Amino acid sequence: MNTEQIISILPYDDPFLFVDEIEEVQGTGVRGNYTFPKNSFFYKGHFKNNPITPGVILTECCAQIGLVSLGIFLIGDESRLLETKIALVQSTMEFFEPVLPGEKVVVQSKKLYYRFGKLKCKVMMQNVQGVIVCSGELSGMIYDKRDE
Amino acid sequence: MNSHYEELKNIIKIYLPEDVSVDEITPNSHLINELNINSANLVDVVLDVEDHFDITIEDDEIEKMDTVASALEVIDSKINTK
Repeated sequence: MNTEQIISILPYDDPFLFVDEIEEVQGTGVRGNYTFPKNSFFYKGHFKNNPITPGVILTECCAQIGLVSLGIFLIGDESRLLETKIALVQSTMEFFEPVLPGEKVVVQSKKLYYRFGKLKCKVMMQNVQGVIVCSGELSGMIYDKRDE
Repeated sequence: MNSHYEELKNIIKIYLPEDVSVDEITPNSHLINELNINSANLVDVVLDVEDHFDITIEDDEIEKMDTVASALEVIDSKINTK
């Protein structure tokens, strides 16, 4: 599966798609990027007259690139993906630097394990200066829709 | 219960939700339905079991590990065939 296919399969859309490009993906990890548009909906309220990208949105961006995009690659088979649903199940993140409107970020993710439908990754987000803005560990589960 | 019971109990208790006490673990406890361990944490229990007992659990075997006792059966059979 190539990187464009992965993005087209991602189950997100505006205003909650936080992946522009998957730069590289392997069985062991993934790297991708996103530029936060200046008119993103959350800047109006976070914070009042002081727009900064919320930590939960940075976490979401890390999850969409680092967990979901990698998970799609690991499953590989599009028909199998239609029979699954996903959930974020664990998140441990630290935040070091603010991300301002219009900034581009690069997310790198390393697979810690993918066992029994659970993907756990070590993720790191850097700005264009190469400074780490946040990092941590995220886990997601892939469930069969049949099991409901 | 065999000697691995206490070892398994010590692994399970790490993943109990806050509203379930360690005293509620019995051999017949259903890990998901009674001890309220979610499927994500059940994976962690199994990975810890693999490390602790130095065994490998296959994908179709995790489904057999629904109660404490049945998890012990899987663990014991794995250890015995090592």
